Amino acid sequence: MLGISNVDKRYPNGLLALSGLNLDVAEGEILAIVGGSGCGKSTLLRLISGLDTPTAGTVALDGTPVTGPRPEIGLVFQEPRLMPWLTIDQNVAFGIRHLPQAEQKARVSESLARVGLASHVGHWPRELSGGQAQRVALARALVGRPKVLLLDEPFSALDALTRGDLQDHLLDLWAYDRPTMILVTHDIEEALVLADRIVVMQPNPGRVRVEVTPPLARPRDRLDAEFLQWKYKLLGDLDHASRPPTGDESFPAVAI
Amino acid sequence: MSSVNSCAASTLEAALPSRRPNLKWLLGFILPVGLALAWEVAVALKWADGRLLPTPSRVFTTLAGLARTGELAAHVLATLQRVALGFGFGVAAGTVLGAVSGYWTLARRLIDPMLQALRNIPSIAWVPMFILWFGIFETSKVILIAVGVFFPIYLSLSGAILGVDRKLVEVGRIFRFSHREMITRILLPATLPAYVISLRSGLGLGWMFVVAAEFMGAEEGLGFLLVDGQQTGRPAVILASITAFAILGKITDWLLASVSARFLTWQDSFKPAE
Repeated sequence: MLGISNVDKRYPNGLLALSGLNLDVAEGEILAIVGGSGCGKSTLLRLISGLDTPTAGTVALDGTPVTGPRPEIGLVFQEPRLMPWLTIDQNVAFGIRHLPQAEQKARVSESLARVGLASHVGHWPRELSGGQAQRVALARALVGRPKVLLLDEPFSALDALTRGDLQDHLLDLWAYDRPTMILVTHDIEEALVLADRIVVMQPNPGRVRVEVTPPLARPRDRLDAEFLQWKYKLLGDLDHASRPPTGDESFPAVAI
Repeated sequence: MSSVNSCAASTLEAALPSRRPNLKWLLGFILPVGLALAWEVAVALKWADGRLLPTPSRVFTTLAGLARTGELAAHVLATLQRVALGFGFGVAAGTVLGAVSGYWTLARRLIDPMLQALRNIPSIAWVPMFILWFGIFETSKVILIAVGVFFPIYLSLSGAILGVDRKLVEVGRIFRFSHREMITRILLPATLPAYVISLRSGLGLGWMFVVAAEFMGAEEGLGFLLVDGQQTGRPAVILASITAFAILGKITDWLLASVSARFLTWQDSFKPAE
């Protein structure tokens, strides 16, 4: 459904952020992209969202190349990025501003109800906690019912408890109309809780190192033995991926 | 038990909006009124000579006299009209050019260097040329005021647009905003706080420049009253005119600030402790 083929991204300063990247994402799939900082994972998301264009190669949605932001592709940023001068319902309505007023209103309240903030209509963003603000951002991205939802480290600024809540919440939201989701994160546990498939990237230049499809049953238990095994394995992969290549790949995979 | 009760009562009181009228704004009067009274007393007790610095009561009597003959109203109206026109034109030009040069790089490269150079010329220096070009009457006065108002508005609007958070602009891009939507829905509201401040400083400059403009030779206006008081050696008239400027400037600034405050309630800004 979403095809990324032979994508290179070189920034004007000469940095090669991505090199020869190939990735296919199926409809309704939840894909997590993990990697240390500088591995190009956020760059990749910007290319898929159409905010940036690749230097070489193509990103295509259902066969049509993505050359700019598209209504079928929603994006949730690391920060909520709500407009401070709009109330939260006006912020959510951003995504469906072309619809008639009455329909906008109905869709916005439905969307806010789904993220559990129906009672906050008319409030200002400054009155929200970090987790609430990020839920408004989720509502804003989902209100237009995108086919693909991109998430750029969406919960990394939140405390562990809120993060866990929002991860579960995201899965509920996903179950509603099952958009394809691509989640960029540096948190292995988050990737394992949410994703069907996990891609570990490595830097210099950014490319795929490992790709796994953990056969874990849902809902996933963060303390389950098998879950933890996968967590250790991926931590090892991530650790390898973020080390400069020394030729010696024999050091212990797990370092916690 | 009683202490617990009184504690609960006082927090409740603090949480409820006070029913007494809010008189805190009166604090601002303490200093000017106190100084005026002190001077009044000093002159009355003959500690000081009130000839060169007339007492507030004499200034007030002069103002009242001018008001009675209708002179004051005529001067105030003439000055207000010049400030209003000059402010209007200055704001219009500053807003358009500031917005264009903030949003459009090519335009900025074309106009900004020239405007920055012009900005450093004291506007008073233009007076002879303006009189030459636009005559001695209203046009040259309004243009001088407009020039004074223009620069702070141009400067802060173009700067504010360039300073808008890229992250918010990206949200607009994700939702495929047109140029117009980007301007009206993101750039305009994001720059509004800075714009309001620039309007207020522009208005202050407008009041400054109207005096310069009326020095150029006017038949009425508060600046004329001031020059008249100087030429006829009546310090009370000069002070009456200055007082009128202070009051009008304060009122118009307050109007501008309170109208714009309605549009800025969303701001999550620093509120100093009481």
